[in-house]
Parts: sequence; C-alpha cells; structure tokens
Amino acid sequence: MHTQVLIIGAGVTGLGLARDLALRGISCIVVEQGDVNSGASGRNHGLLHSGSRYVSSDTEVAAECLEEADLLKKLAPQCVEETGGLFVAVEGDDESFIADFPHLCEKARIPAEALDIDDAREMEPCLSDRIIAAYAAPDATVDPFKLALQNFHQAHQNGTKLLRHHKVVGFKQSKGRLKSAHLVNTETGGAVFVEADQFVSAAGAWCGEIARMAGADMDMVYSKGSLAVTHSRLSERVINRLRKPADGDILVPGGTVSIFGTTSLRMDVPSDVRPTVREVDYLVSEGAAMIPEMETVRYIRAYAGIRPLIKSGDDGGDRSVSRGFILVDHADDGLDNFLTISGGKLTTYRLMAERTADRVCERLGVCRPCRTREEPLPTDPAWEWTEPGLAPREWIKHPDHEDPLLCECEMIPASVFDSVIGSIRAQGGTPNLKAVGLRTRMGKGACQGSFCGARVTGHLCDRGDLNSRDAQTELKRFLQERWKGERPILWGGQLIQSELKEAIYCGLLGLET
Amino acid sequence: MPDAPEPITSDLVIVGAGIAGLSAALFAAERGIDATLVGETGEILFASGLMDLLAVHPLEDGRTWEDPWAAIDALRRDIPAHPYARVETADIRAAFDALLGFLADQGLPYRRRTDRNVDVLTTMGGVKRTYCVPETAWGGVRAMEEKASCLLVDFDQLRGFSARQIASALEPRWPGIRTARIPFPGSTRGQYAEQLALALEAPGNREALAADVRACLGTARSVGLPAVLGLYRTEMISRDLRDRIGVPLFEIPILPPSVAGLRLRDAFHRGLTEKGIRLFPHHRVAAVRYEQTDKFVLDIAAPDGEHRLHGSALMLASGRFLGGGLRADRNGIRETLLDLRVHHPGERADWHRQDFLDPRGHPVNAAGLEIDDRFRPLNDGGEPAHERLFAAGSILAHQNWIRSKCGVGLAVASAWGAVKAYGPPTEGYASLSFEKYIDKN
Repeated sequence: MHTQVLIIGAGVTGLGLARDLALRGISCIVVEQGDVNSGASGRNHGLLHSGSRYVSSDTEVAAECLEEADLLKKLAPQCVEETGGLFVAVEGDDESFIADFPHLCEKARIPAEALDIDDAREMEPCLSDRIIAAYAAPDATVDPFKLALQNFHQAHQNGTKLLRHHKVVGFKQSKGRLKSAHLVNTETGGAVFVEADQFVSAAGAWCGEIARMAGADMDMVYSKGSLAVTHSRLSERVINRLRKPADGDILVPGGTVSIFGTTSLRMDVPSDVRPTVREVDYLVSEGAAMIPEMETVRYIRAYAGIRPLIKSGDDGGDRSVSRGFILVDHADDGLDNFLTISGGKLTTYRLMAERTADRVCERLGVCRPCRTREEPLPTDPAWEWTEPGLAPREWIKHPDHEDPLLCECEMIPASVFDSVIGSIRAQGGTPNLKAVGLRTRMGKGACQGSFCGARVTGHLCDRGDLNSRDAQTELKRFLQERWKGERPILWGGQLIQSELKEAIYCGLLGLET
Repeated sequence: MPDAPEPITSDLVIVGAGIAGLSAALFAAERGIDATLVGETGEILFASGLMDLLAVHPLEDGRTWEDPWAAIDALRRDIPAHPYARVETADIRAAFDALLGFLADQGLPYRRRTDRNVDVLTTMGGVKRTYCVPETAWGGVRAMEEKASCLLVDFDQLRGFSARQIASALEPRWPGIRTARIPFPGSTRGQYAEQLALALEAPGNREALAADVRACLGTARSVGLPAVLGLYRTEMISRDLRDRIGVPLFEIPILPPSVAGLRLRDAFHRGLTEKGIRLFPHHRVAAVRYEQTDKFVLDIAAPDGEHRLHGSALMLASGRFLGGGLRADRNGIRETLLDLRVHHPGERADWHRQDFLDPRGHPVNAAGLEIDDRFRPLNDGGEPAHERLFAAGSILAHQNWIRSKCGVGLAVASAWGAVKAYGPPTEGYASLSFEKYIDKN
C-alpha cells in the first residue's frame, strides 16, 4: 500500500488532520489500533472550553480555546450544544482567585459575566446554597464521536482510507527518512506494510511509543482522568468550580445525562486504564460541595482516559503541565518526514490539525490553504446516532411497530442498526458489536447492555454479519467493556441493574463457563 | 393521614412475591398455617421458567454436575454456611415434589429426571444445565440428546431470538438442525413476548402458525420455537399445535422479560388463593415493627389504599438488590425492612471483581442474612434477631445462586426449611396433602 501521508491514530486530531489534508487534495491513510476515538478523544467530558478555565494558568491556551470554540459553534453546529457555562465558588474556596477571575477573563477577552448568587441558583437549581460567587461564561458541549465520525466521513469521501484494528509495530527507514510502517491486524494477526511520503503520529498517549519505534525521542507523561456519568441531566449549563484547576471541578451536561470529573493520576503505561472505586468516591464528595444532589443521584457508569502530556522541565504536578498542543518535528532526531502532534484539547483539535497539515503541505511542496477554518463540517445522517436523544426523537416522530427497538434505554430500532452497519461496510469496515456500539447510543443507557447486548448480537447473527462463535466472543468483550465503567459505581440503583445483568448473562446464558 | 386501616391478622406473614415467598406460602397452606403473603411482583417477571437445583460447584473450578444431589453433598462439605447445609436432602426432595405437584394442578406441568440435571438450549446457541423444565420445553432436552432432524422457527420482530444464531452454533454437532423465519400469524405485530403469547390463545392464530410451520417442516421430527406458546393455557396450546403440525414441538426459553414469569405468577396466585392464602401482590411494605413481644405490624402501601397486617411470625423472602430485600449505598449494605445485620465482603472496592465474567463470581453476591439452623436471621451477637422471624430465598448469605445455578432450588429448599422451622403442621394436614405429590417419574 502506498499513500502520501500516513496518519497514526483515529482520534479527533488524526481524523481532523485527515479531513484537512483531504480538502487540500492530499491522499491519506489513517491507521488505528482500536477504532475511532478509542483513546482520550472518546474518554473526556465533551466540553467545548470557552477558555475561562485556563485564564489563570495558560493565557495562550485560553485564547486558542475561545477562538476555536467559536469556530466550531459556527462550522459544526450539529456537534455542539450551546449550553453556556457557569463558574461557581463555594464557601472556603480561595478568595483571591475569585477576585482575580473577572480581570483575567477580561484580559483574555473572554466574556465572563458576574451573576447574583440567587440568580445563579435560579438558573441552575441544583447548585448548593453555599455558593459564594458565580460567573457566566460561554462554555458549550460537543459530541466527540459525532465530531470524529463526521470529520472522517468527509475525508473518506475525498479518498482517505481508515485501517481500524491495525497496530503499528515498526518502521522501515533509509537515509534519514521513514519509508514504510509495519502494521499488524489485531483481529487476524496479518501483516500490512504502508509506504508513505510523510508520517504523522497523532497517537495521543501512544505518541511516545510510536516515536520510539521510529528511533525518535518523546518524553510523555501519562495522566489518568476519570469521570462519572449520572442517570439524569443535573444542569442545563456546564458548571465549573471557580478555583485553580483541580480534581472534581467540572459538571458537563451530555444530552440526557451529566458527566462529572475529573481526577488526575500519574500512570506508568497508557494501556488498560480503568476508573476506580476510590476515584469515584472522591468525585462524588467533591461534586457534592457544588451540587449536593451528586451525593444521592444514580450513576450509570464511570470511565477513564489518559491525557497525553508532554513532559516539561519543572515538575509542578500534572495539573500544571500545559494543556497547549505541541507539534514535534523529528528532523531534530534525524528524520525528515515524521511529525508528532500531541497534547492540546478536544476544543482545539481543528487548530492542531491545521498547523500539522500546514507543515505536511510545506514538506510535500503543496501550497493549498487550509479550508477547515471557513468551510462548514458537512452533516451526514449515517454518523449522527451517537447524539443522545436523537433516536427517541426520530422514533416518536415516525413510530414503526414492525421495527423492533433493540435498545430500549436509548430507543434504537433495528432499522438504525441496519443503516449504521451499512455505513460501516461502505467505508470498508467490519460491523462487529463494538463498532456498532461506538457509532450509536447502544449500551450507554441505564441498562448498560443488559438487554441490548444480547439483542444486537442476535440481530448481527441474523443478518449474517456475525457467526455464532464470534458473536459469543464479541458479546463477552462488549460486556467487559461496560463492566469496567460500571464496577466503581455499583451501589443503589445501578447495583440492582448489574444483578439483573449477571442473572441474564451468567444465570441464564452461562457466558462465564 | 387517614385513620389507620383495620388490621388483618395472621399467624405468619410472608414478605416477598418471588419463588421463595410464593413457595413458602404454598408450603404454609399445605401445613394448614394461617398465612398472608405481601410483596411487589417484580423479580419473578425476569424468571426464565427453568428450575435450577445445583449445577456448578466449586465455582473456582467451574465443575458442572450431572447429579445435583451429589453436587449438594459436595457443596455442604465445602461451604457449611450455605443455606443448603441447613436443609436435609429428603426435605429438598419433598419441597420440589410439593411445588411441582401444585404447579401441575394449576396447568403448568414441569418435567425432570429426579436424580439428574438436564441441558436446555439457550438463545445464544449454548446449553444451560438445569433441573426441572416446563413440560412445553422438555422436547428440546430430548431433541438435543438425540440430535435428530429438527426445525427451529423464529418470528419477525421478536427481539433477542434468532433461530439462525442458535442453529449456527449447534450445526457442527447437530447436522440435522434447520431454521425458518415466519411472519407471526394474524394481526399481532410486536416485539413483546407477552403480546405473541396472548395471540396464540386464539385457535385461529394457532392454525395459521401451524400451516406456516407445516410448509417448511421437511423431514424435521420436532420443532423448536421461542417460548411464547400461550400465557394461561400453555399445556393445551402446545398440544393443540403439535396435533396441527404433526410433530412434537418445544419451547426455547427466551431472554427476560419473558412470559415464563407471568405463567408462574398466574399459577401461584390462582392456586394459593384457592388454598386460602391471603395475597397482597403488587403491594409494597412501607414499614415493619415489633409490637410488644409477640406481634409484627406491617404497613402496606398500594394503589388501592393502605393496609395493616399483624402477624405473630414474619418470614422475609424479600430477595436481594433486584428484589429490594437488600439495598446498598456507597458505604455499605442494609437489609431494608428491619435493618437486620448483613454479612458482606467489606469495602465497596472488594464487592466486585475486575472481570464481569470471572468464574469465581463477585464477592458481593455472597452477602446477605446469616441464619441459624431454623432459618432465623442472626443479630450482631450471633443470636436469632427474633424468636419468630425467619428468612428464605436469595436474601440469605453464603450462596451465589447465579453462578452456582441454584436459584429456584435455594428458594424452594429454604422456604421449606423456614416453614418447617415455623412449627409443626396443623393437625390433619401434612401427611394427607403431600401424598399425591410423590414423584412417579
């Protein structure tokens, strides 16, 4: 296989880059060891930062966030919910930080409006009566899956290929250049070699490992962040704790749920990250200071991601490592055609892609300008089903009782699964259970796969997309993936749910034997 | 608050409308005990209809047993605190005899091999080892043993049941298995098993179904269908379809919520009412307290108003988390009605294993009430919490019914044990009513 640019990593940065390059007429292959958004792109808050959070620590990042968030609101409104945001402080929070906040925002040109406490509590009745300061800021939310899938959709229409479940295991080099990447298909074990003119690593937490394979050096810090998802939506707006960025600071609405996070724990390796009971307990008690209800609400899952941070000289803890992005030109390591793009925020993914694409074009001698700054992200209906509430809205508009709801929590009928399966095939992919789950809301509701897991597996078998043996393996994997997120929040209502789930999958179906 | 309602007084109040509570009510009735049953009908609706006794022990080795009684002997040796260790084998046998006899009388016959477990097909195309099987599913046990030519039928729209999925898993070992998808007869369209089962109560729909099945029967010597063959007259409907199709047919248990639980609930409610048990199903117990030293007082909340029950003895068959007998918060596990002492595995971080399907099961599933040999929950001092307070079913500690495959067995055996511990039969009862249930298989 040959391509102009090989992009490693199908997170939002890699796919944003693929779209940017495709729009400049450059052919790309994206290689991904898992599936779209398997890393941090799919394991974050879904917060479109106004920049306010970083006014005290990093004014450059704050300004980037402000500008990029505005662009996304304009160019990709289908992925954004303009919720607005609040910054609130509670009794005992640092008074001088509170006092400085409006000035810092002003300096960064971020419109932060001081609110009367009572008004703030009227806007968001979930807020504690121990709030001592409140500001409104233009935070918003973004669906990272929809964003990534729609970016790739346009790239694919312009000829970009995605190799899912392919892991880079090495490179061939000659004369200070990378010649080809050696890939292994993680499902079949088969080897693939891709030759390219330029190589870009957008591998997130795996950037260090990829760089090492190429003989370059990247000193990464792995910082685990865990988040907890509530059963219902607690607030209309994003609610930030008005203090120096710390753990358990931000509540973000995500359609029908709310997501609270995060933690920050140093990890040795970026793989197999799981949220823990201890982290969730910490989040619940921190969150309850702002939103007392967080102590009593039902949680449906937790999840954890790895922030790929680039190590800087002084070590002031992971919270002080810059959230700015970094574009590393490995010419310094003696490699003329290898770039790494890392760090950054979901909010600034487009800018990261643009800067990287500019450099790639320069290398290729292509002088076409970036189009993603002006051109809207096209909406393709095939890749909209990750949006919470979309399937129920459609179902209520056109109920079809001959079209059974395979997932009841999120009201997804068989026809939606059929259309997603068709779209995956159209992109050259294999529609297994995990791929279908990632592109819909399946398994994301209160039942966490108790019913939809078996039903969708049956549906895939029925269509001939899966054979029985693979079906069993995939269902087990799917259940284990859900379990990682459920385990730390199993008390109250969700423990009841998990007992039922175990009764079905172990008691009746005997999947454990 | 309206005036307190006139209390209903009984000798024994049973809390819980699952298999344990319903069986306890049956055994109480058989012994002439004046009993009232109250509880929400929730958990039973998830029943598969199969009755497990014991199939896997020890969990660590994943050993499955053909002889459930030998398995129980081994389990008693290894886990002396298991509820099975507090009931004699003869009592468990008698309990099953009584239960199956009762259900047969109510038109819901079961079949078993008295001393052997049997294997039943699952919707995943695997097998589940169990003890008693509804008569309407027995043909599946036989068909799988004989691996004779067989047709699996499924319907458009019935979720979670794909004949193709089942057959493709079995084909390598069972070459004579074929599938057919047919539209469900009549105007019934829908994804709910209950709707389909109700539709098959109508003879016209059965003839239409039989005609469609006959058309694709080929050489098949039996026909497997999802378990939707009627709701109230399953046995008759299954026989009628067999006559119309010309070969035996069998039901394959489907994913919950299925109709198996509805059939059981219906049979129990009808039969227990005939036997003079006062039933308050769909009722939630709002509060329980002791009054003086000899009376339990229960306040019952229901859509039709409030009730008050008095009982000189109380039996908790209120289930675990799903049934509502236990409740967990972030820091611990409580028994919900009397705040009885709950045995549990310590901190929440230790409740569950890292892998959902870890064959050893999750430690939290062994949490529950510890009891003495008379099925009385123990207090902190290791003494019975109350002289006349009993517990039965999945709320009991030191068992893992899901993984051991002993759910119904545990419910029935402990219900028997607890009713027996309550006291001797009223004169003129026991021996008389059990005789007809002696198993003749």
